Amino acid sequence: MKNFAELDAKICSCTDCLNAKLDGSNGKRAILLCGGTGCLSSNSMEIKAKFEKLVADHDLGHKVTVNIVGCFGFCSQGPFVKIFPEDTLYRLVREEDVEEIFNTDILGGQIVERLLYIEPLTGEKVAKQDDINFYKKQKRVALHGGGVINPENIEEAMGYGAFRGLERALKMDPQEVINEVLASGLRGRGGGGFPSGRKWQFAKNSVSGQKYVVCNGDEGDPGAFMDRSILEGNPYAVIEGMMIAGYAIGASEGYFYVRAEYPIAVNRLRNAIKQMNEAGILGDNILGTGFNFQAHIRLGAGAFVCGEETALLNSIEGKRGMPRPRPPFPAVKGLWGEPTIVNNVETLACVPYILREGAAEFASCGTEKSKGTKVFALGGKVNNVGLVEIPMGTTLRELIYDIGGGIPDGKQFKAIQTGGPSGGCLTAEALDEPIDFDNLVAKGSMMGSGGAIVMDEDNCMVDVAKFYMEFICDESCGKCSPCRIGTKRMLEILTRITEGNGTMQDLEELEELGNTVKNNSLCALGQTAANPIMSTLAHFRDEYIAHIVDKRCPAKVCKNLMQYTIEQDNCVGCGRCAKACPADAIAKTDYIAPGKKLPSYRIDPMKCVKCGACMATCKLKAIVKK
Amino acid sequence: MAHISEAGVKKIREICDRYASEKTPLMMILSDIQNEYGYIPLEVQQIVSEKTGISVADIYGVVTFYSFFSLEPKGKYVIGCCLGTACYVKGAQQVIDKFSEILGVKPGETTADGLFTIDALRCIGACGIAPAVTINGKVYPKMTVDAVAGVVEEYLAKEGK
Repeated sequence: MKNFAELDAKICSCTDCLNAKLDGSNGKRAILLCGGTGCLSSNSMEIKAKFEKLVADHDLGHKVTVNIVGCFGFCSQGPFVKIFPEDTLYRLVREEDVEEIFNTDILGGQIVERLLYIEPLTGEKVAKQDDINFYKKQKRVALHGGGVINPENIEEAMGYGAFRGLERALKMDPQEVINEVLASGLRGRGGGGFPSGRKWQFAKNSVSGQKYVVCNGDEGDPGAFMDRSILEGNPYAVIEGMMIAGYAIGASEGYFYVRAEYPIAVNRLRNAIKQMNEAGILGDNILGTGFNFQAHIRLGAGAFVCGEETALLNSIEGKRGMPRPRPPFPAVKGLWGEPTIVNNVETLACVPYILREGAAEFASCGTEKSKGTKVFALGGKVNNVGLVEIPMGTTLRELIYDIGGGIPDGKQFKAIQTGGPSGGCLTAEALDEPIDFDNLVAKGSMMGSGGAIVMDEDNCMVDVAKFYMEFICDESCGKCSPCRIGTKRMLEILTRITEGNGTMQDLEELEELGNTVKNNSLCALGQTAANPIMSTLAHFRDEYIAHIVDKRCPAKVCKNLMQYTIEQDNCVGCGRCAKACPADAIAKTDYIAPGKKLPSYRIDPMKCVKCGACMATCKLKAIVKK
Repeated sequence: MAHISEAGVKKIREICDRYASEKTPLMMILSDIQNEYGYIPLEVQQIVSEKTGISVADIYGVVTFYSFFSLEPKGKYVIGCCLGTACYVKGAQQVIDKFSEILGVKPGETTADGLFTIDALRCIGACGIAPAVTINGKVYPKMTVDAVAGVVEEYLAKEGK
């Protein structure tokens, strides 16, 4: 494509084509399968192959198409199969279900009731995606295209809005583009929440012959996977966002830095770059405007700290991924010493929307200082696990109960951890707080990149704090001593407490150390390292005290502070537990419980290694943690 | 000292040449070598140093910084247990402990027969199917302690053991 007219014509024909596919006016029915990492690991490719074979066997190639699309977001219910034009959604589909779907639905025109989603609260079967509670409160901006388009097909992307934002940007003056982003109120989705437009402005104001746009796809926050899903579901949108940023600041080169753990995302990104080059959307003199841009991919190599922007730049430069002191900020002196903006994947995915629909439309939802939507990776002890994109200002209660469907097995909600190892826990009293950047910070946590892990009564908060500290300790790059040594000492104290050897003095030391590490570390990794400790200490101090004073783990997680016991009156003496025990710690006793025929068993606490194997095998739930 | 065959040396030089036009190609070269050979011993670093002009000290610094690069060979099957938060709260620690118990090696180590390496992974982004385990790229969703033995046997059977 050499000019805007050719692009417009192509977009038009692609849009007609995609619409015809989805509304069936092309005379075909479309079977859509999720091609995200979660569903792929649950055999969605085998399911696809089976559908293709059935279509071929019945010679229906002219009537039925089989397609791969990006992530539906509702990962705990995958793999998904969606049938158009009826828009029927089947979930938890297994290979052996394919034939039934084909015979009943594709051939027979009837819905396979048993594979429909069942709303847990009402028990109602739901056939359409938009009617499921999990999706009702969502609004797709950054996740645009996921679950609809084939992420490896540029024409489908163009039929679904791709490059219209770029086209509008290229018709504007670069400063107007920055003004538009400023007006939208877009803030960085990677954790910092810095206004993206201002970052761009700094880089635009820097004078240099060569500037760079870097996309931070080093999503390391454990529990967050929105960047992976966006890159897997619609890589075109992220590249488009990068190009708009490049045009605005005067950069002609862009680098994607993506985790090596995300092979599918990398392959789709690579494919998208190739197709865009072939289509003349990347390269020299794009659409005859004189704007040149090329995108490159760099892979991470498993270092969490590389998510920090200056560490990331060092990694691209082939060095150890250690952060640089700031200032100078990357917008002044970044990649290879040139002005560079580093934006996260989700941030860049919002940019085409802002340019396509307008800043006002983007800013129409959200709170006063946080506009638009945010993608959360909802996980942990919640019924509906998956990716959800919600308008800023949605409350935590809506997120956990309406969208997430509440806590499984009737357990009690204890806390929601947001912001990963840099964030904190929010408890029941924060449930009605609207979610936005500033509010979460005010409540003692942070948005971070959008990990949201729900914890219930079975999670020990000291153990959770220790888990994050182990993570940070492992990932601290070692450059500055407050982080290198401080995190190690904090981990030692937490280990002591969870093993039952802590003292009350330890709590004071934790707080003091935490503040030292926070105030003196070089980069955000160290500055936020103590957050999980500080917030659990603030909300769950009694749990720490129970570990220290009562030598008891209230959630019965810390192995030194709990034991497994057989409630002898419930034991029928089947002996399964004794067989399962790897330490020979379970033996028969002389006691026969009333109403039972065989002698009950007993666990020798001296021999028990607390693996929990006995509890898992006991069918009568006679084994309890104490 | 590991001996590198002439063909091996040639291959490593070829990998270096792939990125001759790049400004700072070290990470890409090392990734390719790691993928090709499974580890990056000192002898290989020397060849890379000769080709690129980057000092062995700098290369060694980079190899030891990133967890994907290793100085020791890994097992034929690399069992990666995700210990991300979502997996951890759903019992990933017990799963990795069970692999350790069955194979008799700690995370990060390789069995004496060179078949298995256990790796503790940072979040692999498969939180919807937690706890997740990957073995040479194949993902095992919703792993349980009880399923571990079966998975190990699956690979032992492949090896005719």
